[in-house]
Amino acid sequence: MTTPPWSSSSSITDSANAGGLQGTNQALEQTSAKFGQVSANKPQDAKPRLMLMGLRRSGKSSIASVVFHKMPPNETLFLESTTRIQKDSIHSFMDFQVWDFPGQLEYLEPSFDLENIFGSLGALVWVIDAQDDYLDSVARLNRTILTVQQYYPNINIEVFIHKVDGLSEEYRTDTFQDIVQLISDELSDAGYENAPVHYYLTSIYDYSVFEAFSKVIQKLIPNLSTLENLINTLGNNCGFEKTYLFDVLSKIYIASDTRPVDMSCYEMCSDYIDVIVDISELYSWDHPDRKAKGEQNQEAESHVVLHDETMIHLMEMNKYLCLVSVIRNPESKDKKGLIDMNCRTFQEALNDVFSRSWEEEQAQGQAVERIERGVSH
Amino acid sequence: MDMRKKKRKVLLMGKSGSGKSSMRSIIFSNYVAKDVRRLGATIDVEHSHVKFMGNLTLNLWDCGGQDAFMETYLASQRGNIFSDVAVLIYVFDIESREVERDLDTYNAIINALKEYSPNAYVFCLVHKLDLIQAEHRQRIYDERSALIRSRSEHFAIDTFGSSIWDQSLYKAWAGIVHKLIPNLTVIERFLQAFSKRIDAEEVILFERSTFLTVTSVSSEIGDMNPIYDRHERLSNIMKAFKHCAARNTHTTPASAGFVVMHTKTPQFNVFLGRFTDNTYIFLVVPPGEAAYNCAVLNTMLAREGFSKAATTGHGDGFPLLAAESPDNNNGIH
Repeated sequence: MTTPPWSSSSSITDSANAGGLQGTNQALEQTSAKFGQVSANKPQDAKPRLMLMGLRRSGKSSIASVVFHKMPPNETLFLESTTRIQKDSIHSFMDFQVWDFPGQLEYLEPSFDLENIFGSLGALVWVIDAQDDYLDSVARLNRTILTVQQYYPNINIEVFIHKVDGLSEEYRTDTFQDIVQLISDELSDAGYENAPVHYYLTSIYDYSVFEAFSKVIQKLIPNLSTLENLINTLGNNCGFEKTYLFDVLSKIYIASDTRPVDMSCYEMCSDYIDVIVDISELYSWDHPDRKAKGEQNQEAESHVVLHDETMIHLMEMNKYLCLVSVIRNPESKDKKGLIDMNCRTFQEALNDVFSRSWEEEQAQGQAVERIERGVSH
Repeated sequence: MDMRKKKRKVLLMGKSGSGKSSMRSIIFSNYVAKDVRRLGATIDVEHSHVKFMGNLTLNLWDCGGQDAFMETYLASQRGNIFSDVAVLIYVFDIESREVERDLDTYNAIINALKEYSPNAYVFCLVHKLDLIQAEHRQRIYDERSALIRSRSEHFAIDTFGSSIWDQSLYKAWAGIVHKLIPNLTVIERFLQAFSKRIDAEEVILFERSTFLTVTSVSSEIGDMNPIYDRHERLSNIMKAFKHCAARNTHTTPASAGFVVMHTKTPQFNVFLGRFTDNTYIFLVVPPGEAAYNCAVLNTMLAREGFSKAATTGHGDGFPLLAAESPDNNNGIH
């Protein structure tokens, strides 16, 4: 089992924060209180952080609202411009934070504490408005990357080339290549050959921004390869065309099988989650007279067979995650029981993976605590 | 000849730009709300046939609403347009600035209808309600429908507030087709008995292509569901997913559809499946795997009897009446 990369760096953050920064960490302290004894006596910050940055009006807050708050894309027109750093805590299978930075903020100035911003491990998401002149934005991004690379080489730099819905296919590719070229030239001039910079074409009017965020989050999941292996095994044995492990709330997928991404499968799976969530809203009311009529699994399970015999199968894995697969085999209808059983086995394995990593985190936390105590005595 | 094969003439009227063709396209032609801006103005009358529930065909006359057309409808075309009308659907634009003039036109239409088809049903849709602020919606709608009622002569009209952007459109049209289905009482009696047998909280019958609610029955417990607009919402949800499925399987929305859908959650179980040629049945039953499977099985068995009853209109062919023995319930208890 791999160790979560952020737990090792968190102790560094803590020692640095011990200076005069408690004020800003208050919120973090509150949320970390639930970790119990491990973190009770120090503001431990084990959550990876996603930082949304870019010039003003590039679409940072719109992205955050659409992906994490289910806002319909056309309503983002009415969002006010962001004036201070918006910190969102997302509670899901893995807690993480989203920090939405105002575009006009000059955080590279010495008055800003870089340690406080970049000290926690995570990803820097830089949003570029592709419909606008992007040279300014790229220049600023270059400066940021160089600074971040120098001190915090473990932070992933994710570049969202955004608002591409308004561009023609050809123009889109040109813009993409141009931006990639500009940034990689600058980086290699500065001597960084393999900087962790990745590029995405995104728009809030289709699924591309969810897809991009999925990729960003996946890089922060410690046991991604284990999950992918599990899903591959399941998919191969059951004849699934494509399988996604979704976070139900944000509809980001945290893992999928390693077959090529198929946008149509992703769309159907993602919309099917909506259908089930919406129907559940209509019929999940509480009343003392509503009684079960027998035994049933505690996790929701659903499947639909479409007109062309395609089956979409959905199974709740735990409070946050569900497994959605597309099956294009007409025989699948008759083998439904087998599929269900395999998915349940997968569920056990999945919960095993997550509980193990938690145990490890805890053990490590205790170890760190022990060491620190040893030092202070 | 089967006397029940009925063609019903439906007139869709209202001022130009009030949204008649938009709503028709969404309900019957699988448009999505944001695509209707592509529609041009309707010239003269556009006829379309919509097969609904097998033996019921709607003969839809979408009448362009520009003043010049309106005059010909009322003068030279009068007999042609207003005879044999089963339903008049009149659409009012809530944003219209000439309320009094709209009502005058409406009154002229109503008088023509009174002359040629005095027994027609009249539905008035107060449309584009989404443009009114939510807190004023009910009040403005009430005022407007009172005005409309006062100009409706002897017709007992039904009014609906509607908007293409939410489920209210489905509510209005479900209300309209509900009135047109010839043997609704037979269908409802059947569903009532059936839902009791399988112990369902709710049974809803949806039309296949439009996903409009044909009818529904619910048990005492099902009636307590606090969400009153759930049927319209379901229409909306399922139709949206149908569009998604069509888009991603490279087919037209008209030919996309569902064979079957099962959903089991700790609070309820849902089954959606093809019932007759042009209906889906939607069952909501309490949780419990065995009870659920029984309900699904029984639904499949009931299909034949139902489609016979729905077309002949005789309740005699029902397997239900013969099945007084509690066979169907064996697995449930």
